[in-house]
Amino acid sequence: MSGRLSPRLLRSLLPPLSLAALLIAIFWLQPRTMSYFGLNLLLNLAIPIALATIAQMFILCVNELDLSIGGFVSLVACITATWLHDTPLLGIAALAGLIAAYAALGALIHLRNLPSIVVTLGMSFVWLGLAVLVLPTPGGNAPEYIRTLMTLKPAYIPFPIIASVVIALVVHVGLMRSAHGTVLRGAGGNPRSLECAGWSLLKIKMGMFALAGFFGVLSGMALVGLTTSADANIALRYTLLSIAGVILGGGEFVGGRVSPIGAVIGAITLALAGSFLSFLRLNPDWQIGAQGAILIIVLALRVLIGRAEARK
Amino acid sequence: MKSLLKVTLYMTTAAGMLLGQSAMADTSDKRIALSNNYAGNSWRQAMLRSWEKVTSEAVSNGVVAAADAFTTAENQVTEQAAQIQNLILQGYDAIVINAASPEGLNGSVKEACDAGVTVVSFDGIVTEPCAWRIAVDFKQMGKDEVLYLAEKLPDGGQLLEIRGLAGVFVDDEISAGIHEGVAETGKFEIAGSVHGNWAQDVAQKAVAGILPSLPDDIVGVVTQGGDGYGAAQAIKASGRDMPIIVMGNRHDELTWWKEQKDANGYETMSVSIAPGVSTLAFWVAQQILDGADVPKDLTVPFLRIDQDNLEENLANTEAGGVANVEYSLEDAQEVIKGAM
Repeated sequence: MSGRLSPRLLRSLLPPLSLAALLIAIFWLQPRTMSYFGLNLLLNLAIPIALATIAQMFILCVNELDLSIGGFVSLVACITATWLHDTPLLGIAALAGLIAAYAALGALIHLRNLPSIVVTLGMSFVWLGLAVLVLPTPGGNAPEYIRTLMTLKPAYIPFPIIASVVIALVVHVGLMRSAHGTVLRGAGGNPRSLECAGWSLLKIKMGMFALAGFFGVLSGMALVGLTTSADANIALRYTLLSIAGVILGGGEFVGGRVSPIGAVIGAITLALAGSFLSFLRLNPDWQIGAQGAILIIVLALRVLIGRAEARK
Repeated sequence: MKSLLKVTLYMTTAAGMLLGQSAMADTSDKRIALSNNYAGNSWRQAMLRSWEKVTSEAVSNGVVAAADAFTTAENQVTEQAAQIQNLILQGYDAIVINAASPEGLNGSVKEACDAGVTVVSFDGIVTEPCAWRIAVDFKQMGKDEVLYLAEKLPDGGQLLEIRGLAGVFVDDEISAGIHEGVAETGKFEIAGSVHGNWAQDVAQKAVAGILPSLPDDIVGVVTQGGDGYGAAQAIKASGRDMPIIVMGNRHDELTWWKEQKDANGYETMSVSIAPGVSTLAFWVAQQILDGADVPKDLTVPFLRIDQDNLEENLANTEAGGVANVEYSLEDAQEVIKGAM
């Protein structure tokens, strides 16, 4: 069997391979994308999606699901485009408050043993309502430093690629390679034994939700840096995109089995899938379906690999 | 022989057009894309059909090399932003946009401008300064309704106002125009106002609900479109005299008006925005690519139907649809000249 790839390796190779296949197809369909300028335009909107996906990954890691991340990112975008731009101190305080609110949500879900789907679904309306209050009509301005960062044109390698690699590596090292990260993931894998070993599950959940809130804030700020202004509905799509991104990147809904690098790759794959279908000139009525089909194909491949793994 | 004659005729017209519009050939290698955020109602469907009709003719006449329409699958800002960036990558020379958000697309629009792409927004406009805007003057539309009534009813009287969807900018604008018209003409009083949500069934229920509390001498009903037929049904059911109901170019409204006109000489007018405004945006984009000097802010002309051109417009409106008009290059030049 030594000549064949192990299912485990295959499984971790699946996300990058899907991404590579998609990229090759896009380069072939639209050679113009194969340039510094092209890659920049193709990938820059994937950065906020990747950050939102990382946020979702932290939640999935402790066996919960966040249906409010889209509304949350929209609210952050609205605050970034208004308060953070006009009165930076108030803006920073508001964003820090939002992260604390996320930690409190984690505590609430843990202490009252509430289903996270219900709590976050409810919160999504709260975030959206707050976003409308902060910014009743679309507008605002991106703070200059965020705009500068997001439109950075470094030599040779387009900024979106550098940003994705940095995000993936930082989270990978923190969550997958550090002792503390192992404990955090353990809260999803085997919470009971973790508790018996003396760790506070409450603190872990609060920490994970706070991390999710932090990356949600980064996502909203990055989004405003790209769009230059905000809209209360700007990121509603991110809820589903982020969940799909984590799963596409090799994560599981339960068991603390997640992969930060995979999640970033999954988010980029989803963003590129839209471009790919658009370059194909597919009728828009079919595009949602086609996007779903790409997801199903990748997941079906994973199930096949999973079976091979189980047979061993 | 007949076809030969047709070809000759066609060539003469084409030559005539070329002579008249010396600049036309300059855009023959240019490609224009339509980025549309939503296609889920009859107005948008008509808009896309008009685009298809006018641009395919322009492409076959060699005015432009391509004019492709793209609609996002979901009406979402981030999705349309990505779509616009894809269109830049596909090498279009101009992008015509009906935007999901006036502000949320500005980053992508800026990317397009920086890449040398001409951006023209219409209906759902964008605020990025580098783009052109073809906006609707909804306020003037509301005012025009009252001015028409003032002309028809020199003695003035009580009006019923049917508003649109609460909290939407369009509703506020049209209503502001109506109130401005009332203040300016000084002979009307708005006896009551209800929200009809631009839908016949909602308008009918709302009007039926408010009628008992209104004085008997309502002389006119000012509307926002899509609500005139429902109002007429409610007033008919109450047994009151039919006031002048301003219509909004919907097929059912025009049909009802025609029936009344034939039966008892009922007179009114109808006004709305033609979905064919997409074709106006197309020609404006073509003119900009051509090097014409076009102001950044243009205004869409209204499509107004009066007593004498009702039959003609009704015949051109499909059942369940909205009266439409497709714009020509000359119309676009007229609009541009008007904005100078």
